[in-house]
Amino acid sequence: MEKEKHHIVPYKVYFYILALLITFTFLSIGITKINLGEYSVLGAMIFATIKSILVLAWFMHLKFDQPFLRIMVGFVILLFFAVIFITFLDYYYR
Amino acid sequence: MEHVTQHAADQHYDPEANKLGMWLFIFTELLLFGGLFIVYSIYRFLNPESFKMAGHELNLTIGAINTLILLVSSMTIAMSTSALQKKNKGLTVLLLEITIMLAMIFLINKYFEWGVKFDHGIWPGSEHMLNDLSHGEILFFGLYFVMTGLHALHIVVGMIIIIVALNRVQKGTVDENRPTLLENAGLYWHLVDLIWIFLFPLFYLIH
Repeated sequence: MEKEKHHIVPYKVYFYILALLITFTFLSIGITKINLGEYSVLGAMIFATIKSILVLAWFMHLKFDQPFLRIMVGFVILLFFAVIFITFLDYYYR
Repeated sequence: MEHVTQHAADQHYDPEANKLGMWLFIFTELLLFGGLFIVYSIYRFLNPESFKMAGHELNLTIGAINTLILLVSSMTIAMSTSALQKKNKGLTVLLLEITIMLAMIFLINKYFEWGVKFDHGIWPGSEHMLNDLSHGEILFFGLYFVMTGLHALHIVVGMIIIIVALNRVQKGTVDENRPTLLENAGLYWHLVDLIWIFLFPLFYLIH
């Protein structure tokens, strides 16, 4: 039990995650430089989402923590999207 | 039995509950910024052209540099918890000091970035903004100052928490057996990083 609580992440794993995060940062800058119109916003947000999953899973240890924390985080994100969806239903059909 | 004697001195120390409490606090922070992101997305939906024009005023280079600074500082504080668990106190302290320095550099960049905006007469309620800018541009800069300002406030608070954790590591009250304070400081710092990950494309990458 003690062992699973104190999972020690090797330094190099954090280093790889940082490399991925920096790569996605430059990709999101790159995609907005190309003129894709509406899709450049979508692309930048997809890269931001991938980055946030990397931060949540590895830097914030959700990957190694107990499942109920992941479920709770998922619920909060779902709540956020539900509110944004309902708000846009209102504005879009005015 | 061995388990009991080992933790007799730490009977009020509950790492799982500590972590859960920190996450509950992080949820309130996520929803606080989430509300602001919803306000942003509605106003951008209603004023797409003004947001695009106002977005070009922001300095992409400073925004990108600050993104890199926060990402690196997130890695250094994450590494510091590994170092603490490996009983490498010296490295833990060094990594935390680097994190605090990077936070400081972020704030200095922010100071210059806002300074340039002030020099151009752009601040909430300024003459130039109220007289010359469109409704949508005023909304954009209002949200820009509120959201990056609130984020910068979180950087300051994060620095204070990291300094406290650093002190406790040096005193030895936070160590490999009681790492929770450092882990929670890390969680808070990653939250600050997480928010910036979305602030950056929404304000600096409008094209």
